[in-house]
Amino acid sequence: MRPEVALPVLLPLLSGSISILFWRARPMQRFVAVAGNLALLVVSLWLMASVSRDGYVSIQMGGWEAPFGITLIADMLSAVMIVLTAIIGLALSIYSLASTGPDHEKFGYYPLMHLLLAGVAGAFLTGDIFNLYVWFEVMLVASFGLLILGGEKPQMEGAIKYVTLNLLASVIFLTAIGLLYGMVGTLNMADIALRLAEAEHRGMVEVLAVMFMVAFGIKAAAFPLFFWLPASYHTPPVAVSALFAGLLTKVGVYSLFRVFTLMFNDTLDYTQDLLIWGAAFTMVTGVLGAAAQYEFRRILSFHIVSQIGYMILGLALFTPLAIAGGIFAVMHNIVVKTNLFLVSGITRRLQGTYQLKKMGGLYKEHPWLAVAFFISAFSLAGVPPLSGFFAKFVIVRAGIEAEAYVVTGIALAVGLMTLYSMVKIWNEVFWKSLPEDNLVPELGVASGDDSRMVKPNLWLMYLPVAGLAFCAVLIGIFAQPLMVTMQVIGDQLMTPQGYIEAVLGPGVDVGDMLLESQLEESSP
Amino acid sequence: MEPLMAVAIGLLYAAAIFLMLRRSIVKLVIGLMLLSNAANLLIFTSAGMTRGAPPLIPDGMPGPLGTIADPLPQAVVLTAIVIAFGVLAFAVVLIRRAYEIVKADDLDKMKDTDT
Repeated sequence: MRPEVALPVLLPLLSGSISILFWRARPMQRFVAVAGNLALLVVSLWLMASVSRDGYVSIQMGGWEAPFGITLIADMLSAVMIVLTAIIGLALSIYSLASTGPDHEKFGYYPLMHLLLAGVAGAFLTGDIFNLYVWFEVMLVASFGLLILGGEKPQMEGAIKYVTLNLLASVIFLTAIGLLYGMVGTLNMADIALRLAEAEHRGMVEVLAVMFMVAFGIKAAAFPLFFWLPASYHTPPVAVSALFAGLLTKVGVYSLFRVFTLMFNDTLDYTQDLLIWGAAFTMVTGVLGAAAQYEFRRILSFHIVSQIGYMILGLALFTPLAIAGGIFAVMHNIVVKTNLFLVSGITRRLQGTYQLKKMGGLYKEHPWLAVAFFISAFSLAGVPPLSGFFAKFVIVRAGIEAEAYVVTGIALAVGLMTLYSMVKIWNEVFWKSLPEDNLVPELGVASGDDSRMVKPNLWLMYLPVAGLAFCAVLIGIFAQPLMVTMQVIGDQLMTPQGYIEAVLGPGVDVGDMLLESQLEESSP
Repeated sequence: MEPLMAVAIGLLYAAAIFLMLRRSIVKLVIGLMLLSNAANLLIFTSAGMTRGAPPLIPDGMPGPLGTIADPLPQAVVLTAIVIAFGVLAFAVVLIRRAYEIVKADDLDKMKDTDT
């Protein structure tokens, strides 16, 4: 029994259930949110320790042997993602104490947040493709609830686009699972990997690979499937935006990494070009979209899209170094992007708007907030010695080694454009003086979605911002030890044999399975 | 049976996509419903429509006797139906609220968040 693999899923479910029990006692819900996510962080570090010691940690649910039961398995990639989920969960639960008003808390904000984290953690840990679909839906349903919390007009309009395109992605995913099951007769990902390698209809395998690419591409907001993201991410309460920005698209990216390194690693001559150019267009369209915007959260939303391109590029180049760089980008982006959204929430609280034109002068009034923004924004743009620099450096180096010069050049140019957007926000929000016509609302009296709070609570919003900015600096300073971890991930993903053995037991190789399946065919 | 099912599934997908491309949000949601039904039927069909005994192993036997029906696609479809039901219930409430707020059954009027 390895309980640490199941606990990251069970704990958020438990804290979610507890906070539903205390539906009317909001202080209790707030306490459970922080305590539950703190416990999640502890468990995730436990999982991380186990994985670094043993390489793979797996557990067969209900005692059914793989490939018949559902397997939960953590390799280094899963463990890193779980730790990041827990960090973001904790930061968001603290931030929400101050930023989420009673009108949102009354309608189940905290239970939904726990449910979302459970879905995300489940998706990172499962070793079963249909179970992955189920966790995606858990996450999606919770995100629907959070997205329309408050029920304002832009939220409804954004939600319709978000719901439609995400449901479409889910159906494509489900269809692909159905066809895959018809082909290989198993749902366990390790087992699928073995049997797909033996599959006769190569054309069908390629079709399936592309179906998974489209389904996860929509979830990850890759070009040309990203339109739901900038239409909806700036509409909900800011803590929800930050949670979505940090985690949801990254689950799509994680699934792409998992599926393409484990199951479809031999369809690459067909899918690699699609992934590379998809990544290039994702980077460029995202960053150009951001350049045209003057709303704080919309700029950041477009930059999510742009950064997804780097991660997919890491996968598409398909060398251990590139994959290590891609995962480094995921890690850095989860921390930094969440933090930028959190900063936008504080500036909104201070100046009552997200429109850059109406803001200004924050550097003078709140220099430490400006420092936190500066660290996150320049890290996003890839300025050394912050976290984003190393992510980009590794990907660019891998790109040059793979002789993909055009895409590498695009990646560098997009870095500059990112810097342009971040400097734009810096100039408008922090540097220029406050426009005359902006009547800054007094703290505590402003109306609106998230502004009913008293001044002393502001430190609850500063605390996670400072913590995440500190994380971004730490990632930059300790880039070398982290890079070693990332290289472990790269090696693990590029040699799926280890994963397969961890699920199906040692000694299984393709030859054995073939023999077994031939026996099965001849026996009836 | 399979060819007939294949045609039916194809028609369902086609109808669903046609409805989803309409401007009316009610038709959009009907399209989503048809789409999830089509996917469920597809799982059912592609897993193989064999007639067979229930997948039960008699006492003292190492495995089932004779041909058995594959229980897994049925479990998968059942799960998928439940999920689709929950999500669609949400979608129906969402379009009702959206209709109350935007006062139009027209996706072209929902462009406020695009600029």
